[in-house]
Amino acid sequence: MRNYFIDLLTKEAKSNNKIMLMVGDLGFSVVENFKEKYPKQFINAGVAEQNMTGMAAGLASEKFHVFTYSIANFNTFRCSEQIRNDIDYHNYNVTVVSVGGGLSYGALGYSHHAIQDYALMRSFPNMTIYAPGTRSEIANCMKQIFKSKSPAYLRLGKTLPKNLKKPNQPHDYAPGKWTKILECKNRESKKCILTTGAVIDDAVKMQKKEEFSNYHIYSLPIWGMKYKTLQAQQINKWDEIVTLEDHLEDGGFGSYILECNSSIQKVGETKIKLKSLNKNVCNTVGDQDNLKEHFKFAH
Amino acid sequence: MNINSSVLLSKYIKAYTLKMVSKAKASHVGGGLSISDILAVLYNNILYFDSQKPLLENRDRFILSKGHCCAALYATLAIKNFFTLRDLNSFAQFGSNFMSHASHKVKGVEFSTGSLGHGLPYAVGKAVAAKSRNKKWEVFVLLSDGELNEGSNWEATLFASHHNLNNLTIIVDYNKLQSLTTVEKTIKIEPLKDKFEAFGCYVSEVNGHDHEELKNSLSKTNKKNSPKVIIAHTVKGKGVSFMENRVEWHYKSPDEDQLEMALNEIGVRL
Repeated sequence: MRNYFIDLLTKEAKSNNKIMLMVGDLGFSVVENFKEKYPKQFINAGVAEQNMTGMAAGLASEKFHVFTYSIANFNTFRCSEQIRNDIDYHNYNVTVVSVGGGLSYGALGYSHHAIQDYALMRSFPNMTIYAPGTRSEIANCMKQIFKSKSPAYLRLGKTLPKNLKKPNQPHDYAPGKWTKILECKNRESKKCILTTGAVIDDAVKMQKKEEFSNYHIYSLPIWGMKYKTLQAQQINKWDEIVTLEDHLEDGGFGSYILECNSSIQKVGETKIKLKSLNKNVCNTVGDQDNLKEHFKFAH
Repeated sequence: MNINSSVLLSKYIKAYTLKMVSKAKASHVGGGLSISDILAVLYNNILYFDSQKPLLENRDRFILSKGHCCAALYATLAIKNFFTLRDLNSFAQFGSNFMSHASHKVKGVEFSTGSLGHGLPYAVGKAVAAKSRNKKWEVFVLLSDGELNEGSNWEATLFASHHNLNNLTIIVDYNKLQSLTTVEKTIKIEPLKDKFEAFGCYVSEVNGHDHEELKNSLSKTNKKNSPKVIIAHTVKGKGVSFMENRVEWHYKSPDEDQLEMALNEIGVRL
């Protein structure tokens, strides 16, 4: 995922000299090509995320579109007040790019588990969360990010889905809009699994089980506080929605959908179930697949 | 208002700061008075700006990192005609843009601050932007001494020095008092000049109430190939005898009698 992201950013930088990529001394074997091609648009801020994020705000105030790149918790939680005050409050054009969303770096321990980041980032009023799960979603997210002039959080997982041959996604979609990933056999079904982020494989596995064989798979890759009002109409279409995210339940994506559901005029009752990571994952180390299996993620 | 003397300007900044803080029953008058001379010299003699075009592209950028002392900055901007003196009456009032920590919603204020340790990284970002586009405008940022407890300042200083950002001037309002007691008793920062020099900065120490010393050190021609740091030795509550060097004036606001006494000492009638 991160390689595709950097390819798209490198292409954009060719025609857009306002792009500035800042890294927190991370990105080995990922950012070199960008740095070589556009050295004036690349800054290694060192291992200093507070300064990197404050500087990003300063650069954005001078009309740069800044990307701050690091491993998930470092450029989010470590500098959360800089994101809150310097970037979000001023509505600056800074995209926080986190690699290792969810349990991508599961074997590296709790410091590297990015499982509370949605809770933080969705608490900022101007922030848009971009959590792509497919190649098409990455491309669409980047297209929206390049157009946008507001704060953004791009959360990248480790790999693209292996169990999804061809998603049914359209080429273009908008912030706040659900997009169809895979229909179930019963096309009339009013049930769906709604994902965000790099959990499409898990949703496909779920759908293969008898219990969820009657559920379509949709994703919502672009969301946040600004798009809550767009959810009512989409939620109301369904009898049942199962949200799926590689994040803790509290403050996460399922919670977001529940909040949207509680604030709308009900046409009919939509049953919403949340599937998220077990909190005991915090005390366990292992690669992503093992951790998910052990804690029965998406079961 | 048309004032062309930095000394007179500083008196008016102090007077309006006192009046605003008193009316709003706000805090931080002591720190406002300790930076009034610095602001007066900056806005009278150093910064390039056009108050009618606050976002003029080639303006110098000034960032007040110690945002709790914004009353002095608002007063300065009003006197320099960014907005009217009458606008200052809404300081810290319901619905006003003139909130009691520096607000970018006020004309001429580059950046909202209030949580310490944010102004310098932001200023460094602006200095990088100017360098990368070969712009001649410069960046000035004013920090408090207690604020230097925040690690983000030292991250930013390392970076600024590594990248030879000689378009950046860091001014430290060294009034020796922070929130509960002296800087010395809170977290020692001495030897401060040595610290900044060890970080690779070009450092000078001045009397932060002596306008000639301030003008000389702040001058854009006075620079080397590194960020400039000016340690301005100041007095918290400067100009009002019963406020000087007293920690309680970090919090208290003068009542009507105290305001009258203070204005008499400053020597300006509003």
